[in-house]
Amino acid sequence: MTSPDQPQQPQPPRQDEGTMMLNAVGPRAGGPQPGAQPQQAPAQQPQQAQPQQQPAYAPAPPQAQFSGGGYVSPIPVRPTHLGHALASEWTKIKSVRSTVWTLGVMIVLVLGVGTLTGFGISASGTDLRGASPLGFGMFGMLLGLMCVITLGVLCVSSEYGTGMIRTTLTACPSRARVLAAKAIVFFLLSFVVTAVTTTLVALIETGLLSGQGGATPSGSEWFKATVGVSLYVAMLGLLALAVGALLRHSAGAITIMIGLVLLPLVLALFMMAESLQDLREFLFEYSIPSQLGVMYSNAVAASGPSGWDPLWIVTGLTAVVLGGAFVALHHRDV
Amino acid sequence: MIEAVGLTKRYGAKTAVHNLSFQVRPGTVTGFLGPNGSGKSTTMRMILGLDTPTSGHVTIGGHPFRKLPNAPRQVGALLDAKAVHGGRSARQHLLSLAQLSGIPASRVDEVLGLVGLQDVAKKRSKGFSLGMGQRLGIAAAMLGDPQVLLFDEPVNGLDPDGILWVRNLMKQLASEGRTVFVSSHLMSEMALTAEHLIVIGRGQLLADMNVKDFIAANSTGFARVRTPDTEPGLAEKLTSALSEAGGQVVPEPDGALRVTGLALPRISDLAHEADVRLWELSPHQASLEEAYMQLTQGAVDYRSAVPPQAVPGMMPGAVPGVVPGGVPGAVPGGMPPQGYAGDPYAGAYGPQGGAPGPYAGQPGPYGAQPQGAPVPGPYGAPPAPPQQPQAQPQPHAAPADPTQQHSEDAR
Repeated sequence: MTSPDQPQQPQPPRQDEGTMMLNAVGPRAGGPQPGAQPQQAPAQQPQQAQPQQQPAYAPAPPQAQFSGGGYVSPIPVRPTHLGHALASEWTKIKSVRSTVWTLGVMIVLVLGVGTLTGFGISASGTDLRGASPLGFGMFGMLLGLMCVITLGVLCVSSEYGTGMIRTTLTACPSRARVLAAKAIVFFLLSFVVTAVTTTLVALIETGLLSGQGGATPSGSEWFKATVGVSLYVAMLGLLALAVGALLRHSAGAITIMIGLVLLPLVLALFMMAESLQDLREFLFEYSIPSQLGVMYSNAVAASGPSGWDPLWIVTGLTAVVLGGAFVALHHRDV
Repeated sequence: MIEAVGLTKRYGAKTAVHNLSFQVRPGTVTGFLGPNGSGKSTTMRMILGLDTPTSGHVTIGGHPFRKLPNAPRQVGALLDAKAVHGGRSARQHLLSLAQLSGIPASRVDEVLGLVGLQDVAKKRSKGFSLGMGQRLGIAAAMLGDPQVLLFDEPVNGLDPDGILWVRNLMKQLASEGRTVFVSSHLMSEMALTAEHLIVIGRGQLLADMNVKDFIAANSTGFARVRTPDTEPGLAEKLTSALSEAGGQVVPEPDGALRVTGLALPRISDLAHEADVRLWELSPHQASLEEAYMQLTQGAVDYRSAVPPQAVPGMMPGAVPGVVPGGVPGAVPGGMPPQGYAGDPYAGAYGPQGGAPGPYAGQPGPYGAQPQGAPVPGPYGAPPAPPQQPQAQPQPHAAPADPTQQHSEDAR
């Protein structure tokens, strides 16, 4: 992502200082210290009896400019930008096993459950009565969602758990840039993987269930059940990433996210009291599984979210939490 | 060049670092010393912008760390060897850091070669030993070829070969004109590596001077004199002769005398005049470790049950009459002063242990009579110092002997 058109920019003031200080510090280049501060050498100090052990390391050539700060690297220093952080985060996310495991399990779950559902329905010969065959991908996706959430949390919290975050923020003091790069890389990766998986499942379902009385999905229905669902799942994963950044603790953040997904539905199931009917209705309609169901179907409900509403709801929620994570990361000690 | 001005960090009621001001200059290795919990790591984290100071500021080359346009190219740091994701290979770890600052991948292989990890570059760092972890951390710090380097305990877990390598690396980096700031607990290592020292205790600056001055200011060399132990009277005779001549004499547990305030030839002359034969007359040069112990006695937060005299290199008993050049908190004899619990600075400054003006007038009152010493025996000899070089049985066996004799008498 380094823009090649950008000329090398060693900071101007340093270069000035360098030429000014050249004579003063020049003789020190290479060579054993010619007694710059001989009176400071401790008495016990054996004067480098050992031969230099760094054959691979080539220090600055003698003609390198020295600045007031002392050493200046021969490699030009360029300001960094978000592109560098994106490349770094891409290296990070693809070089740990948790990425392969979570996304791998997600693919297996979504494809496996989707295919099994399709086979089961086609074997029993059930009449679909005009329902879209795309909707049967939802059960697998609901399970796969947990994997995406786990990866989202781990993306940030594993850095805190291992202490890597201090190394990262020492290498890139702009914390907003690090979090933004993590969010972008994670969102794109999980979106692409989910989109490919949902498309495969949709193809399998429509193939298996053709001729069983189901509706033929339109182009927009296809789009919503693949791209729409993938955006929704990736956005929930991004919410998990933001929660992970706020909590800095893997187990805690994963627990909260699973609670967010399951608890409203479970609560609604056990709210039998008549007086709580409205609340029960609300929890039921706005619970994550119901919202995912809305993303898969085109049924227009009398109340609750419909159409693309679930995506906007979760996007709004994610924006708020991610904003909080940015603020917290900026102000907190690492 | 690292410059801290009035650096203060509070965590709730606890002040980790208080009004710390210092400069770390390029071209030398600067050692950063202090007891556990004295605020070394907090200071390092503030330098690197990881922790925000409660007040004061610290700059690197005139800029706060977080304002540097490409920080890793100007500042490299090893804070914690274990601050890596163990599931990532050494090379991928370094590559991700290199990409963050636009450093080419070829430099990653270069630093892997530099620290000697090229053979395990593809291995996950989870399986690394502590020494290999340190090498990986040093590689990460060197990645940007920076002019300022910070190392927190870089030789932790390294084998002797690795320690030598780090020592030479630090010196080479400094000789190239870089600023090298190293914290360590290993005094002998610091004495060999650092030219300049910054010492903190309880979050406050105790000393900022070069190693030689530091040793001179915080400890005194003394002469060890030994009279023939076949003739017990000679020691007393010599002691009175030396005391009359203005020297301070403290007996050591093994029967030798520790003499300060008199030059070696003068001691010899006095002994000759007093007709006392000598079996030993040796100069004792203070080490960095002793000077450090002397300075930080009052500023130690976490103390082990074994009295500090048992620490190797720290001689039992105090050097009498040593006035640690106006340095606060130095308690001769290493007696932990009571009543530190309250104000953290009360310990670092001001007289302790109820001894009014301990450094003012009388030279050497403690060596002979350590005040408030919880240890039995006049010189605070530890009950069983394992590293006592010339340990004699008498001082240790003495407390046990009477009871044994009693029981024998009873029968």
